Amino acid sequence: MRRLFYASVATCALALTPVTSQAADPIKIGVVLPYSGQFADGAKQVDEGIKLYMKQHGDTVAGRKIEIIRKDVGGIAPPVAKRLAQELVVRDKVDLLAGWLLTPNAIAGCDVSKEAKKVSVIMNAATSIIVDKSPYCIRSAFTLPMVTTTLGHWAAKNGVKKAYTMVSDYAPGHDAEKGFIEGFKAGGGEIVGSVHMAVANPDFSAYVQRAKDLNPEAIFVFIPGGAQPAAFGKALAERGIDTKKVKVMGTQELTDDSALTNMGDTALGIITGSPYDHNLKSKINQDFVAAYRKEFGANPNFFSAGGYDGMTLIYAGLKLTKGDTDGDKLIAAMKTAKWTSPRGPMMIDPKTRDAVETIYIQRVEKVGGKLVNVEIGKVENVRDPVHEAMMKTKK
Amino acid sequence: MTTLDAPRTVTPQGYLLRQSRWRPIEVAFWLATLLPFWLFPTYLSLASQIAITGLFALSLDLILGYAGIVSLGHAAFFGIGAYTAGIFSKFVWGEPFSGLVVAAAVAGVVGYASSFIISRFRHLTLIMITLGLGLLLKEAANSAHWLTGGSDGLQGIDIWPVLGVFNFDLYGRTAYGYALGVLFVVFLFARRLINSPFGLALRGIRENFVRMPAIGADSHAHIRKVYTIAAIIAGIAGGLLAQTTQTVALEVLSFERSADVVVMLVLGGAGRLYGGLIGAMVYMIARDQFSGIAPQYWYFWIGALLVIVVMLLPNGILGGLSALLKRWRRR
Repeated sequence: MRRLFYASVATCALALTPVTSQAADPIKIGVVLPYSGQFADGAKQVDEGIKLYMKQHGDTVAGRKIEIIRKDVGGIAPPVAKRLAQELVVRDKVDLLAGWLLTPNAIAGCDVSKEAKKVSVIMNAATSIIVDKSPYCIRSAFTLPMVTTTLGHWAAKNGVKKAYTMVSDYAPGHDAEKGFIEGFKAGGGEIVGSVHMAVANPDFSAYVQRAKDLNPEAIFVFIPGGAQPAAFGKALAERGIDTKKVKVMGTQELTDDSALTNMGDTALGIITGSPYDHNLKSKINQDFVAAYRKEFGANPNFFSAGGYDGMTLIYAGLKLTKGDTDGDKLIAAMKTAKWTSPRGPMMIDPKTRDAVETIYIQRVEKVGGKLVNVEIGKVENVRDPVHEAMMKTKK
Repeated sequence: MTTLDAPRTVTPQGYLLRQSRWRPIEVAFWLATLLPFWLFPTYLSLASQIAITGLFALSLDLILGYAGIVSLGHAAFFGIGAYTAGIFSKFVWGEPFSGLVVAAAVAGVVGYASSFIISRFRHLTLIMITLGLGLLLKEAANSAHWLTGGSDGLQGIDIWPVLGVFNFDLYGRTAYGYALGVLFVVFLFARRLINSPFGLALRGIRENFVRMPAIGADSHAHIRKVYTIAAIIAGIAGGLLAQTTQTVALEVLSFERSADVVVMLVLGGAGRLYGGLIGAMVYMIARDQFSGIAPQYWYFWIGALLVIVVMLLPNGILGGLSALLKRWRRR
């Protein structure tokens, strides 16, 4: 018995041995992302954005070295996210939190950021309310309504009068639908019908047929990435939807590189709203894409841009505070940030701590035998419409 | 802690009495659970989640380890508890203990209702049914966006300090103390339950479902009872997680959570009171350490650990240890 006891105590002690380091000099950034599980791909791309920025701009800011501590949250798991954020603060003594691919995790992280008075940089999670949860939360990415409302408004202003919306039946889908409808109606358009589809839906033919029967001028669709865009493309072709006559619209996930590969020519003519695409023509983006391809052998996407711009924001803030990571000083400095990103000109809205950026409207076309998103329009200085509406009601 | 291998000369009463006596190692185990407060003060939030997961594993042990009901949907009750505690704090008040009681009650009612289905089936059918019920509940929670917040997670949870004094702090001191206290109380209850004639009957049902009614223990009624009790305990565990982290998302109802807890129980040793606790401890510490070393590839090491344990210690860590102990004593 006693041996058993000693053995078990020894095992526990061994397993729990803390890995502490006491060096106070470097600035530690705790990055929480779902590095494993079904969202690992996005996490990898955000992380690559971080790595590339640090490679290009060095790992020292204002005389202090930057140290990244990565933690895997493994999926949508706010209790784990919260614990990791707490541990990063109390054990690893990080100066900032960053990362955050998924909304529920980001919100849990903001709770910790608020309590610990540490800046937390949201590099992807796209629900508007996140940044309201803590005065130290700031977003370097975009919000979903920024994309969909802009797209809806653009569509109404560009000759589409009647639209049909089809979205997956989950929170991001609802947000996307709401945003599109608001933008579309504000531009003078009319919604002829809407449908919510099962989240894990393998076959869209019935939904597409219903949309076709209503004879809209445009169909707005929001579905999760992965296998679904290909199934959607197939349904479009089967049901004989001609994208030249009926404009099919969506967000960047619908036609990103992997989706285009899966969809093939059925993707031709699909119009998407997007905060970033690697085909953007600016010099800074061309350089970014070249460097990214050289480093990681793939094209960057909006995840990578979120990570890259997140680091830009952190570096900019730290330069202004001369390396001081005090939450209040740093967030005040970050609020004034303004920079040119591969995405285009960017700044932070000091009232909401959300990014203000350009939203691109693009259409899938064949260029040199390859399917690419070609820019056909853009809307500059887009702010989060949900926060804009909140400001108005407050006044 | 061993099951039905008591020598024939012992009466059932004597056997149960002997089982329910506190062993020094048990006392040492519970004293050791206090050590993290001093030894690992920065690991307390992990420790609190281990205690909660251990409680959840304990509840599964009652039905899987003792009564032989294989469930792949046990997270349903965990999730019900978590959502109930969260929603209760949002709309009624944030006092933690009352929230926990309500969470336990709601999980218990749902557990009792579903136990009528559960007690009719065995084996594979049972796995499919529990799996299906779990998935149904998750989808229901997803579509009830107005109540649960859907896939964004429940917002607006506000938990008051425990006993009006202890705030839930960043270090997780309160979280661990609170979770550990609840775990200990529930454990005492489970221990009493298992070392009672009822507990003995459960083990009989596990070994031979048909024969037990013949010797006066109605299998169906027993299963309904233990399933309800397990649901209540799982609800308490879920409520604890919601209160200590002040977050609830659909993940609490997920299949992964149901599967993980089975893995932990098998790892620690099913059909042993401490199996779930040890399993949760080993699994979560290993996970924490491995994912700290390799955020992308830690699943590989968890997999390797499982394969090794299952191959070398077919009855889990505790089963293996007690077999070793027996061999050592015989010498």
